[in-house]
Formats: sequence, structure tokens, C-alpha cells
Amino acid sequence: MPTTTYIDAISEGLREEMRRDSTVVCLGEDIGVYGGAFKVTDGFIEEFGAARVLDTPLAESSIVGMAIGMALRGLRPVAEMQFADFISMAFNQLVNNAGTLHYRFGFKVPMVVRCPSGGGIHGGPFHSTNPEGFFFHSPGLKIVAPSTAYDAKGLIKGAIRDDNPVLFMEHKFLYRRVRDDIPEGDFAVPLGQALVRRPGKDVTLVGYGSTTGMSLEAAKILAEEGIDAEVVDLRTLVPMDLETVIASVKKTNRVVITHEDRRRGGIGAEISAEISENAVDYLDAPVVRVAALDTPVPFSPPLEEYFLPSAAKIATAARRVARY
Amino acid sequence: MASTTEKPPILDIPDEDYGDISTATMLDLYYYIRLAREMELRLINLFKQNKVVGGLYPGYAHEATTVGTALALGDDDVLLPLHRDLGAQLARRQPLKYIFAQYMGKVDSPTRGKDGNVHLANPELNIVGCISHIGAMFPVAVGISYAGRLLGKTVVTMTYTGDGGTSIGEFHEALNFAAVLNVPFILVVENNQFAYSTPTNQQYKVKRIADRAAAYGIAGEQVDGNNAMAVYAATRRAVERGRRGEGPTLLECMTMRMMGHSVHDPAGYVPRELLEEWKAKDPVARIERYLLRKRVLTPADVKDWTARLQREVDEAVEFAENSPLPQAEDAARGVWAEEGPAKSLH
Repeated sequence: MPTTTYIDAISEGLREEMRRDSTVVCLGEDIGVYGGAFKVTDGFIEEFGAARVLDTPLAESSIVGMAIGMALRGLRPVAEMQFADFISMAFNQLVNNAGTLHYRFGFKVPMVVRCPSGGGIHGGPFHSTNPEGFFFHSPGLKIVAPSTAYDAKGLIKGAIRDDNPVLFMEHKFLYRRVRDDIPEGDFAVPLGQALVRRPGKDVTLVGYGSTTGMSLEAAKILAEEGIDAEVVDLRTLVPMDLETVIASVKKTNRVVITHEDRRRGGIGAEISAEISENAVDYLDAPVVRVAALDTPVPFSPPLEEYFLPSAAKIATAARRVARY
Repeated sequence: MASTTEKPPILDIPDEDYGDISTATMLDLYYYIRLAREMELRLINLFKQNKVVGGLYPGYAHEATTVGTALALGDDDVLLPLHRDLGAQLARRQPLKYIFAQYMGKVDSPTRGKDGNVHLANPELNIVGCISHIGAMFPVAVGISYAGRLLGKTVVTMTYTGDGGTSIGEFHEALNFAAVLNVPFILVVENNQFAYSTPTNQQYKVKRIADRAAAYGIAGEQVDGNNAMAVYAATRRAVERGRRGEGPTLLECMTMRMMGHSVHDPAGYVPRELLEEWKAKDPVARIERYLLRKRVLTPADVKDWTARLQREVDEAVEFAENSPLPQAEDAARGVWAEEGPAKSLH
């Protein structure tokens, strides 16, 4: 079994960046003495001290606001939202402040906001959301969403080294379920590069974060039925590597777009529009989306299961598209 | 009956002990306060001539507060002025020509036409511009001060709010963060009696906003915001407290918004008597009379300064008028740091 979990990969990446660069600083609620609600920063305060692993008062808006100030004055802050859901409290700071400072004033704002996101853990409406869609719509914010442990480490490093505000959507369901053998030594995954996780010729499954794994599982099911699915993992949502997506669609002529964020007005709708504008002549079937319901995230297991995308739902959509 | 040409009575700056304020500093106060006033009036004229793009939010009669506070900072300190704080930008030596170019949406403004009015920054001068959402800059300032500490430098940060902005959640958040972290952060409340049309009795119930400092365990002070000497002295105390490691200060400067929220607002909701009362406290007339009385200035100096200020403003306006409008396609550029200039404070 591969050795490093997704959550440990984030931790390692973060720790290595803090060792490499003394301007990298963490801040958030309960991240210091307690080591974070999910223990991503466990042991950090002992190694780096309380000033660089800052336990803050409870106010997400000011945590992000402070991070902006730290970034303006020469640091590379990594702010933790205890749960991605709470980032709504910092919406103004991100959308109107962090995202506009370079455009308006030419300030670089090298900061990362870590967002433990996603459902499947029975967290209910306020501990399970995928809020990336809100920010995907806004200028000036990069968004990454790793699906593997390797990427979790490589992208947290890439995000920290980036000179823009970056939202790091780390999926809670993947924390301890996804593992990789991660090579020794320093590496960073550059932002803005999608990856074909599984080559195929019949249908493209485009996703990120949790739905990449679901898509790979769906591809296995589909393979047994003679449908050869290609799985594209976006890895970065902003800036998006549409070239890889379009190239895949031009090859397979069919596409299912997946995400765990809600369906209406979501990232999938944008990808669908890009495909329509750039590759409509290559399409042999309608573009289909598999996403969460347009409801709050329900709590009870059968409700949540119904709400979320799954390998089976992706396989169903892929069959429909393949046989269209 | 008083004729319209008669000068209103002026309530003199009292002869109190303002600490050791050098002649050079007093002259700086006078220069920037008069410059701010001159620019406010010129901007209103330009607005009437349709040369100002968008709205104009005058800082008229706030000059003693904006200049008196900003002048007390050192070069390594960071200023985050709000939309009425033209005087603070000037005291920080933001070039006049940039301010006029910005108001006209010209390419030579520091935002290259990307933002308007006093939403102005200057990385070289350690100025961060604001966003329109009042309160958003408070925690940013706290973060800048905190970064300074980690980088081994005492960086005093100062930002502003009106009385209305004290109702925003980030007022509480940032003062609390600053208190807990014990950073040298100064929050200046320009209490100008009205938040757009809302009077203070509909905004808060405490007697003095400065009293709220006690709730955060920090220093709080209320000062006559139209007395430049008092404002400067109080800000310097706050800066010194910060440098000594004694944390943040909530500094409430009592002033009056003598014009509307913006030039298009006739402000009929402001009682006439209140305006009459505050006319006697005009910050420009008061500092001038004070410095004349103290023989820091002579009447001849005042004349010379008037000519000098008008010349400087004329030159800046000319620069801005001659500056081209930005290329339309510039709208699509500059969101990302990769596109440059990717600057930082220092």
C-alpha cells in the first residue's frame, strides 16, 4: 500500500515550504497548539514557533484580511479555514480585496487559503460544501483542487510559491482515503496544468478533486462494458487548462463533466460553454454534467448519498453519452 | 444683519501643550492642510466642468484630521487611507498630479485608470488604497503590522473609518485581533456626524466611540479633529505607544462633514445650525490663525504660500488634463501578478 495519505502530503508540503522559506507563515483557528481541526499543522508550532504558526481569534474575515496584509508586506501567508464552508465569512476580503489588488494597484498578494471542503463525511449543510464556484466567478483568485496525494503535496507547494491569492481546496473525504508513494526531494506542481489520468477513446470524463477518483472508478465499470473512457483531472480550476480538455473532447467526441460543487451556474456549465464555443463540430453527443443537487448539503446518509455525485452516476451519464 | 462677505467667527486653537512639535512640522501641517483644501475646491470645480469621471467624495473640512494623523507616521510605517482622506495621501507625499489624473481616469494615474477617486496606492510610499467596503482595510492593516514584526521591524499601520464604519463587524474583529496580537495599529475614526444621511444617534449609543477601546483592552482617545495640533499630538502619542510595544490605539477625531456624502448630495438632512456651529471650527482657518499667533507664519508668508499652492495645483491639473486616457484593451490586463508589476510594501 502506498505510504503517504493525501492529508499527510499537504502537511509535508507545507512543512517543507516553511523550512525552505522563512517568509511562509500559517495562521488560522486552532492550528497552533492544537495542530488544526484535521491535524494538518500538527507539530508545526514546536518546529516553527507560535509567531509563524499563529492561533488567531475566531473571525474568518479578519484571518483572510490579515493574510492579505501579511502578503502585501513581504510574507507568504497560508491561512486555514477550519472548514471551507466558513470561507463565506471572508468572501468580501477575497473577492473585493485580494482579487483586485494587483489589477488596481499592482500589488502582488502571495497568499494561500486552505479550504477543507467536500461532503461524504456526514457533516451536514455547513461542514460539507464545495464553495469554489463562488470564487471561480471572481477575478484575481487562483483555485486548485488536488485529487491525489502527489498533487496535494505538489500543488500546496506550487500555490505557496505563486504570487497571487490561491484557494487550495483540499477534499476532506480524500484526506485519509487517498494515498501515493511520493518521491523524496523537492517538487512543486505548477498551477494551470490538467492531466489525463487515464487515456481512452470513447468518452471524456472531466473532473477535479473528489470526482477524479469517481471518474476512474466509473471508467473501470465502463471498460467492462466496452466503453473506453478518458479521465481528465483539472487539478487547477483557475487558470484552467482548457487546451487539455478540448484536445480530449476532440479525440473522444463525447464528454461528461463532473464536480461535487452544485450544478446550477457551476464550473461544469462554464466548461460546457467553452466546449460549445471551441469544439462543437467535434461533438457527437450533448455535453452532460454530473454534479451535486441544487440544495443545501443534506445531513442523513441516504440523503447525502443522493445529493452527491458518485462513480455509478458518472457511469450512467457516460453510457448515455456513449450510446447517444 | 451680517453681510455675506463678513468672515465667520473662528474658534481658535486653544493654547494647550501639544508636546514638542517642531516649526518644520507645524509648517508641514499648514502646507498639507492648505494643499488639501485647495485640491478639494479645485476638484469640485473640475467636477462641475465634467472633468472628473464618476463621483466625488469631498474630504473638505476633514483636512486637520487627515493631514494631522498621516503626518505623524514614519516612512517605514504604512498608511491605508479611505475615500475622504485626500489630506492623508498628500501628507504621505502622494504626487498631486497622480491624484488629479486618477480623478480624470487618465493613464498616468497610479491605477492607470483601473480605479477612481482616492482609491490610490503607492507601493514606494507605503500607501495601500482602500476598497469601497468600509472596514475591509482594518484587518489588512493588522496583518501588515504583524508581518513587520516577523520581519524584525516595527511597522505602525494606520487606517480610517467614518462614524458609520464603526458599525461594521470588522471594526470589532480587527481591534480585537490587534489587541490580542499587540500590534502597532491605529484606527482613526473620522467622526463627521453623518454616514451618508444617517446621524450618529442612529449609528451607535455610546457617548464616545473612543470609549469602546476599553472593551478591547487598548488605548482610546478622542480629540478635536479640526484642531491640527491636537490631532498630530494625539496621533504621535499613538505611534509612540505602538513603537514601545503597547499595541493599538482607537483614535476618534471629532469633525463635521460640511458637504454632502458626495458632490451630488445636497445633504438637506443636515441641520443648518450644526453647519453654522462647525463653520467656526474650520480647520484651515484655525491652523492659520494659530501659526500666525505663534509667529510661525507671517501674513506675508500666507500670501506666498497661497501663490505657491495655486501654482502647484495648476501644474498638477495641467499634467492630468494632458495625460491620455488609457487604451481600451488595458481593461483585460493586469489581474495576475505574472503580468507585473507585482510590487510589495517595504
